[in-house]
Amino acid sequence: MFTIDPRRTDLALEFKRRPFGPHSPELQAVLNVLRSSRHCQDLLLVCTRPHAEWQLAEKQPYGQPPRLMPGAVFTSLEAAEWHAFQMRWEAVTGQAMPALDGE
Amino acid sequence: MPSVLGYADPLTVAPGEDIRFMVGTLDGPRRYRAEIVRLVNGDTGPDSPGLKTVHLPTSIDGEHEGVPQHIDAGSYVIVEHPQAFGALFRYTLQAFIQPTRVPIRPKPARQVIMGTWAEDQGTGFALMLDETGALTFLLDGTVVSTRIPLTARRWYHVGAAVDLAAETVTLCQTPLADHAPSLERPISVTASFRGTPAPRGEFFLGAARRAVEDGRLRTMWHFNGKIDRPSLARRALTPAEMQVAATAPSTLLPAEDAFGLWDFAADMSSDHVTDRSPAGLHGRTVNAPKRAVTGHNWNGTEMDWRRAPQQYGAMHFHDDDLYDAGWRPSLTTTIPPDARSGVYALRLQADGGPDFWAVFYVRPPRGGRRAPVAFLASTATYLAYSNYRARMRPGPAELYIGALPVVDPTDLLLMHHPELGGSTYDTHSDGSGVCHVSWRRPILNVRPTGRLWNLFLDFCLLDWLEAHDQPYDVITDDDLHTEGRALLADYKVILTGCHPEYYSREMLDALAGYLGRGGRLMYMGGNGFYWRVSYPSAHPGMIEVRRAEDGTRAWAEAVGEYYHSSTGEYGGLWRRQGRAPNALAGVGFVAQGFDRSSYYRRTTASRNPRARFIFDGVEDEILGDFGLAWGGAAGLELDAFNPGLGSPPWALVVASSEEHSNAFQLVNEEMNVSFAGSDGRFSPAVRADMVFYEHPGGGAVFSTGSIAYVGSLAHQGYANNVSRLTLNVLRRFLDPTPFAAP
Repeated sequence: MFTIDPRRTDLALEFKRRPFGPHSPELQAVLNVLRSSRHCQDLLLVCTRPHAEWQLAEKQPYGQPPRLMPGAVFTSLEAAEWHAFQMRWEAVTGQAMPALDGE
Repeated sequence: MPSVLGYADPLTVAPGEDIRFMVGTLDGPRRYRAEIVRLVNGDTGPDSPGLKTVHLPTSIDGEHEGVPQHIDAGSYVIVEHPQAFGALFRYTLQAFIQPTRVPIRPKPARQVIMGTWAEDQGTGFALMLDETGALTFLLDGTVVSTRIPLTARRWYHVGAAVDLAAETVTLCQTPLADHAPSLERPISVTASFRGTPAPRGEFFLGAARRAVEDGRLRTMWHFNGKIDRPSLARRALTPAEMQVAATAPSTLLPAEDAFGLWDFAADMSSDHVTDRSPAGLHGRTVNAPKRAVTGHNWNGTEMDWRRAPQQYGAMHFHDDDLYDAGWRPSLTTTIPPDARSGVYALRLQADGGPDFWAVFYVRPPRGGRRAPVAFLASTATYLAYSNYRARMRPGPAELYIGALPVVDPTDLLLMHHPELGGSTYDTHSDGSGVCHVSWRRPILNVRPTGRLWNLFLDFCLLDWLEAHDQPYDVITDDDLHTEGRALLADYKVILTGCHPEYYSREMLDALAGYLGRGGRLMYMGGNGFYWRVSYPSAHPGMIEVRRAEDGTRAWAEAVGEYYHSSTGEYGGLWRRQGRAPNALAGVGFVAQGFDRSSYYRRTTASRNPRARFIFDGVEDEILGDFGLAWGGAAGLELDAFNPGLGSPPWALVVASSEEHSNAFQLVNEEMNVSFAGSDGRFSPAVRADMVFYEHPGGGAVFSTGSIAYVGSLAHQGYANNVSRLTLNVLRRFLDPTPFAAP
């Protein structure tokens, strides 16, 4: 199975710059893992102020409501995507996202 | 979250006619403000035309006192002959059952197979599954159980023989032999049981009575799964007799014993339930349990319930089925005779929450003057998606969207109130697909806010028509189904919405007939004319969908259950039934993705003189590289030209989209064998084709092939290449000069 190389922070940077596709095939492979790994929470965004604010939440089993994640509030969809990406990157690779070159 | 909800009845109304609204609160009595508005555009955000409403003065305007109204989801059969079920000393309850939720999680609950149990009175009897899923008999609060839970999705014969004179109850729980290996064995338990006969009471299959409140029956302990051939005998059968019944083709009782022999295969298309016993204890269904489902004896030799009804003697009950919320009318008014046709809503406002919109449609006056253009509101599709909650449940949504799903507090209300019922994109609590949805309940996602989809996105088209002072009427799928081509006959041009996905045969016939007589159709979206739906005559306001065989399916229909119960029609894709959308629209569904939309590039065919009118004043090669719907006119769901599926060979593909993202995947019906490279980065098949063709009837068809298209119309104050070419098409289509086929 494909595994994420935590040294490939260039792919993280690609995502940060363009969270909504098209993505390079290598970044898409990373996203396929991050969005489907059992280590990663099944997430969604709740729009708390129309067009202005979104809060990250985790889906729950048995038809229960999503659990809102305290403090995970964003003023753009791009920022929310980047937060989720970093959270999952660390969960899957075991390494926190370092400062990215070029930022 | 909104605290005041409501729904309209009827869904479509003409000026001068009455309409009523059922309004209820979720958190106790509270005041609310109400008004009727015509909806012109949705809340598309700060850099767009944004929310546009026009107040319609009516008697409803003002503040009102709201009271709670409950919804009892859960389907069942009720036999309203209470005198027949009282004072029974000796009797036997039997059925074949296939439970689908054993045990119920996260809160275990009882599930009644049949009986008269009335919780509010603490009396009655019931054959049921207890909280662990074991077969149990209940009488006057005393229970006897086999203590062995049943296995989900396995067929059993179950029975309870009750002899109150002998003070015994015998339970039989017999797994049926089928093709799956099993270690389970038949269980028979006889227990001493002292009890008095239950008093008279209504007999339920699949539920128990909770109470009668405010004149409304409320129910509980709903069964999840199939019940087949339930019966009641007027004596206590022996275990041996019940074993015979378990192995017989059906639980048939000697006539002298039968006191209830319900045949679910009869009257399949209605809510009527027939008792074949001499007692004639007929019943009716509530909340539309799924009928035309395979029974315990279905052997795979027939897939059509009409050809082998004896193998379809079951009903599938769910604790979250909902047909009619049954709310009391709260507000009524008459639509003013001079009200213009349009999309309207009862806007409900209460402190502390977002507005709630109970959408309805005002058609043009009956027999009155028509606008030259009709917007055909995709009410069948809006309904199919109504109360969509799948994106909020665990699953692969993020992988096929290509981004995090986004919901709002109004959407979240669905997860806090499952009794509001789901969409045909959801699964029931037992995992089976939701194949019935109705307007007779609050609908939370047909509104001018929230997810830019369906009606919300269609407002971009209505707003564009208004911006160009183009008079239009609004007509609906529901009326098209009922009235057929006559509804369209007086219009010069029919505009669809962005996603007319669900179609009945009657609707398709009406559109085809309209085109055959010179009509002009502008198909303004993607993935249209895709799934077959039916409108059950026994359940007004409801549609039925069976996701059979193939297609991009939120769930797969159960094997052997591809035929609609309401009409006997074969369910699934029109493409699989000889009526691919290509034959009507020139294009058909090929791909979807939801992270970013793209653009079209003009083709050489766009220079064909036949297409000159489309591009009058449009010099750009790239079309629609902008828009509210994820940044482009080509996105969300895409259709392509394919003569192999019936696209007219003479049709002109005047533009095609390109550069789609990885999230855009070729749909499974486009590939017989899965293969790599089928996403938007690699596959040229992932594209939207913009198509024009002249119809032999003298009319013409223009198709955008993309759901996102209408989101680009308002860009730069409606002055953009998408808006221009759409206006060019509309103006030519309004011109009565016939189109000559090449």
